Amino acid sequence: MLPLEYQLTLTKQTEIAPSIYELCLTGDLAQQPIAPGQFVDIKIPSDALLLRRPFGIANVDRQTNTITLLYRVVGEGTTILSESPVGTSLSVLGPLGNGYPIDQLVAGQNALIIGGGTGIPPLHELSRQLNAKGVHVQHVFGFATKAAIFYEDHFRKLGPVAYATNDGSYGYQGHVGLLLDAQFADATTRYDAIYACGPKGLLMAVDNRFSEHPNAYISLEERMACGIGACYACVTKLKRDPSIQLKICDDGPVFKTNEVLI
Amino acid sequence: MTDLAVTLPGLALKNPIMPASGCFGFGQEYGRYYDLNELGAIIIKAATKEPRLGNATPRVAETPSGMLNAIGLQNPGIEVIMQEKLPWLAEHYPELPIISNVAGNTEADYVAVCEQISQAPNVHAIELNISCPNVAHGGLEFGTSPEAAATLTKACVAVSQVPVYVKLSPNVTDIRPIAQAVEAAGAAGFSLINTLVGMRIDPKTRQPILANQTGGLSGPAIKPVAIRLIHQVRSISKLPIIGMGGVSTAADALELIAAGANAIAVGTANFSDPFACPKLIAALPDELAKYQLTDLKSFSLSQEVTHD
Repeated sequence: MLPLEYQLTLTKQTEIAPSIYELCLTGDLAQQPIAPGQFVDIKIPSDALLLRRPFGIANVDRQTNTITLLYRVVGEGTTILSESPVGTSLSVLGPLGNGYPIDQLVAGQNALIIGGGTGIPPLHELSRQLNAKGVHVQHVFGFATKAAIFYEDHFRKLGPVAYATNDGSYGYQGHVGLLLDAQFADATTRYDAIYACGPKGLLMAVDNRFSEHPNAYISLEERMACGIGACYACVTKLKRDPSIQLKICDDGPVFKTNEVLI
Repeated sequence: MTDLAVTLPGLALKNPIMPASGCFGFGQEYGRYYDLNELGAIIIKAATKEPRLGNATPRVAETPSGMLNAIGLQNPGIEVIMQEKLPWLAEHYPELPIISNVAGNTEADYVAVCEQISQAPNVHAIELNISCPNVAHGGLEFGTSPEAAATLTKACVAVSQVPVYVKLSPNVTDIRPIAQAVEAAGAAGFSLINTLVGMRIDPKTRQPILANQTGGLSGPAIKPVAIRLIHQVRSISKLPIIGMGGVSTAADALELIAAGANAIAVGTANFSDPFACPKLIAALPDELAKYQLTDLKSFSLSQEVTHD
C-alpha cells in the first residue's frame, strides 16, 4: 500500500504579500520523493468544512523535514488556515498527482517557466529542482500589480525573472501572453522545456504559443473533492478526442500542451 | 471478539460498512491506499448502458457540513465495467461482495444493464438508482412517482439474477407510498437516501457555482434527514435497508441502524478522510461496547419496529 496521509506540524506562517501566506509544514511527507508540480490536500481544522484544499508544493527541504506552501486567502477555509497558530497539527494527503517532467533535461540546457499569481508557488520547487540539475532557468511571471508580487528574491536567485503587471506598476504592462510575444518570440527554439501554471487565460496563452513544442507543460486547476481520482469532480477533456476525459487530480494536474481542452 | 456480520438478501457481509456509490469509483483508487477486503462490500459507481461524460465543471461545491455534487453519472458504460472494472475487483478481492448501482434514461436501459451486470460473478446485488438528481432523464423521474418506480422495479427484478435494492430519493413529499409500491413490485430492499437537491451562488458572478446549476447535497448536513426517512420507511416495511446520508463515525452508523437500517453506506466522508471506512469499521466494537453489546445483531434486534 502507498503512504497517503501525514500529520504535519505548522512550524511557521507569514503573510508575505497582501493576503498571500507562506506556510511551513514539518513532518515526514518531506522525505517522500516529490516531483515539482505535485500537490497536497489539506484538511482544514473545522468540522463544518468537509472538503480538503489542494495546494501546490512551493518548496521541499529534506534537511529540516519541511514543505512550504504559498497561498492566497480566498474564503473560509484559507482564512482558518491563515489564522492557525504554530504547532497546529494538520492532516495532509500527498504528494498527489503527476508533476512536471524534468528527467529529460541535462545540465546546460534552458528552461522557460511561465506563471501567474497564485499559480506561481509550485514553479518555485520546479525552478529549484531544475537549478539543482544545472539547467538554466528563465522565469516570466504575471501579477495584477506590483504589491501582489511575492518570492521575487527567491526566484531571482534561481534565474532571471521578467515581470508583467496588468497596471504596469512593475515590469511590462499587460498580461503574460503579450510579454511573451514582446520579449520571448523565439522561445520555441530557445528553450528545451517550457513549464506553466496560472489562471486559465495564461494557460491558454501558453497552450496556443507552444502547442508544437515537444517539451511544454501546463498545470491545471479545478474544484476537487477526493483529490485521488475517485469522485470524478475535476475532469477535463482530451483535445484530440473530447469523448475521453482525464482527471486533473490523478491524471494531471500537469499535462502536455495541446493535450487537453482548457 | 465483536461479531459485526450482517446477512441480507444476496449479501453475506462480514461487517455492515460499505462505500456509497459515486464516492469510491470502482475501487481502484482507494485500493492503492488500503486493503479493500476490510470493507463489508462496495457499491460501485453507477453503470449506464452507454458511456457517459457527465456534466460540465465545476461539479462540486462545499456547503456547511456538506457538499453539493453534480457529476452527472460519468461512467465508462456497461461494456467496460463488465470487461475491465468488475474483473479487476474479482481478481484482487475475490471474496468482496459488489453491489452494482444501475442508472439509465429509459426503462429499457435499466433493464438491459440489470440483466447484464447481474450476471457478473462478483455482483451480489443491484442498487437501482431511481434518485439521481443530476441527470436530465431517468433518475428522479422514476423515483418521484409510486407507479413509475414500481413499473421500473418490476421490470428490473424480472431480469436480474441478484436481489434488487431500490435507492429512493429524499426529494419527495412522502417517501412511504413509493417504498410500498417498490416493495410490492418485488424489491429485495431499499437503499436510503440519495442526495437532496440544492444550489449555491457565487456572489462575484451572481451565478450558480455548479455548471449544472443544482447539485445533490450530501455529508453530515443531511444525516438527520436520512435518519428520519429511514425511520419512516422502517415504519411501513420489514425489507432490509442500506442506510446512508452523512455517516462518518461509528456512532453515526449505529444511529442509522437504530432508525431501521440493516447496513450502512459511507459516501462523502471518504473525501474528508480516505480511510473513513476502515476507521469506522475498527471503531464499531468499542461503540457497541458502550451499550454492553458484543454483536451488531443484538443492537439491530433491540430496534422497536412499529407498523402502522
